[in-house]
Amino acid sequence: MKYMILIHSNPQFLERWKALPEEQRERFGRDHRALIAELADAGELVASEGLADPALAKRVTVAGDQTMISDGPFAEAKEHLAGFFLVDCEAEDRALAIAARVPDAIWGLVEVRPVLDLSERDM
Amino acid sequence: MSAVHPAITDLLRELAPRVLGVLVRRNGNFDDCEDAVQEALLAATVSWPVDGVPTNPTGWLITTASRRLVETRRQDSARRRREGTYALEPTAPSGAVPEVDDALALVFLCCRPELSVPSQIALTLRALGGLTTAEVARALLIPEATVGQRISRAKARIRDTGAKFMMPTARERDERLPAVLHVLYLIFNEGYTATSGEVLNRVELTSEAIRLTRQLRESLPDEGEVAGLLALMLLTDARRGARTGPDGALIPLAEQDRRQWDRAAIAEGVAIVEATLPVAKPGPYQLQAAIAAVHDEAADVDATDWPQILALYDVLTAIAPGPMVALNRTVAVAMVRGPATALAELNDAAADPALSGHHRVDAVRAHLLDELGEQDAAREYYLRAAQRTRSLPEQRYLLARATR
Repeated sequence: MKYMILIHSNPQFLERWKALPEEQRERFGRDHRALIAELADAGELVASEGLADPALAKRVTVAGDQTMISDGPFAEAKEHLAGFFLVDCEAEDRALAIAARVPDAIWGLVEVRPVLDLSERDM
Repeated sequence: MSAVHPAITDLLRELAPRVLGVLVRRNGNFDDCEDAVQEALLAATVSWPVDGVPTNPTGWLITTASRRLVETRRQDSARRRREGTYALEPTAPSGAVPEVDDALALVFLCCRPELSVPSQIALTLRALGGLTTAEVARALLIPEATVGQRISRAKARIRDTGAKFMMPTARERDERLPAVLHVLYLIFNEGYTATSGEVLNRVELTSEAIRLTRQLRESLPDEGEVAGLLALMLLTDARRGARTGPDGALIPLAEQDRRQWDRAAIAEGVAIVEATLPVAKPGPYQLQAAIAAVHDEAADVDATDWPQILALYDVLTAIAPGPMVALNRTVAVAMVRGPATALAELNDAAADPALSGHHRVDAVRAHLLDELGEQDAAREYYLRAAQRTRSLPEQRYLLARATR
């Protein structure tokens, strides 16, 4: 079953992150890479990416045959998406265990969402 | 294999387990042999459409795979010599080759309990089904690298545990057959999805599961549950064309256009059920198949023999009780004894912690309330169920019910 592990962030977190000592930030990166490698090795990784700063976001609006592009993130959003893991694993327990290994979980910013599939299981 | 003629593809898939069996018996190493057979199958898809199918296709594949295996070994031993390390070459077993049912030995090896379920599925599809890693990945909707990793992990695990390619003993067969059937059932379920448009190059996992189960039944003709699983798959797959609407929403059994059901598949499934049930030791797959057969033989919902379905659910509850069985049984109770009785039984069934928060409980409750004429309450439970399902077609159906 596929699960999306979302890593959220917000401006306060970014400040705390910048204030971390260099070695702790490095360990964050190392732990991320180790987790990705482990998931790939286990045959559970579908995709994982970190997202660029929300300042680089572009907003796309289609009205009729007009496409409008505007700069910046959704103004009203206080939180933004910083990265994700898409995993395919046996059960939700396992997805939660993977999420607990995401370094950002120490900040309480990690969310696990089941992915909708096209199944039509009767049973 | 998309551009290859289907007859060639079918032939290759049928021959794959046999070729692998011969190779493993001669050379002893499942891991390398499986890779070599994959390469031989790929070579065949390139040359057979051009040069024609060889007069002895099995021999051609064995020769090609053996050559690949020798090349790999030569490269490996050259590397070992360079690295100054030594490894003993596996010795080919001497004497007469024992009579072995390759497909059976293979499926028991691929579905070993030491392997994770996703690995069992991937390895079974490749080694037994003769699919390429890319085909398995497309069928399972995951990246090729992920499937490749699952297969190599499974093979490493087989190597580490010292599991052998051999005929299971009668005892091993009894112990491990349920796991084998479960893998085939999961492959079927995995493929039992709405086809959103034409997905080219995608192997139909339902057909593949049916083919593999058919193959298993040839090896184990007297196992009632193997026959039961095959019948269940045929009787379920027969409704495929009528199961989803043009918008991709699920159409429940009661509302399906039964003219679209596959009569040939139904006839085959029913015949298997009728031949198996009276003589075999009853099991959950046979009973589920029997229930599916009663549905499939009815001209419409009202013509369905609901007392018979309820009786079958009672037997199923006795030999293989479970929360889902109890839940599905309440639908039959509603048809035989009325929705009010069913609602009372639903409350008992829903007390099972395994069903706590399960969307199916809400969906069944909504249906029963609807039958009782309590539309507002029904709407609320349809919405709750829609919120909690993980299936997109089911979500569309439940939302449609809630808003109609």
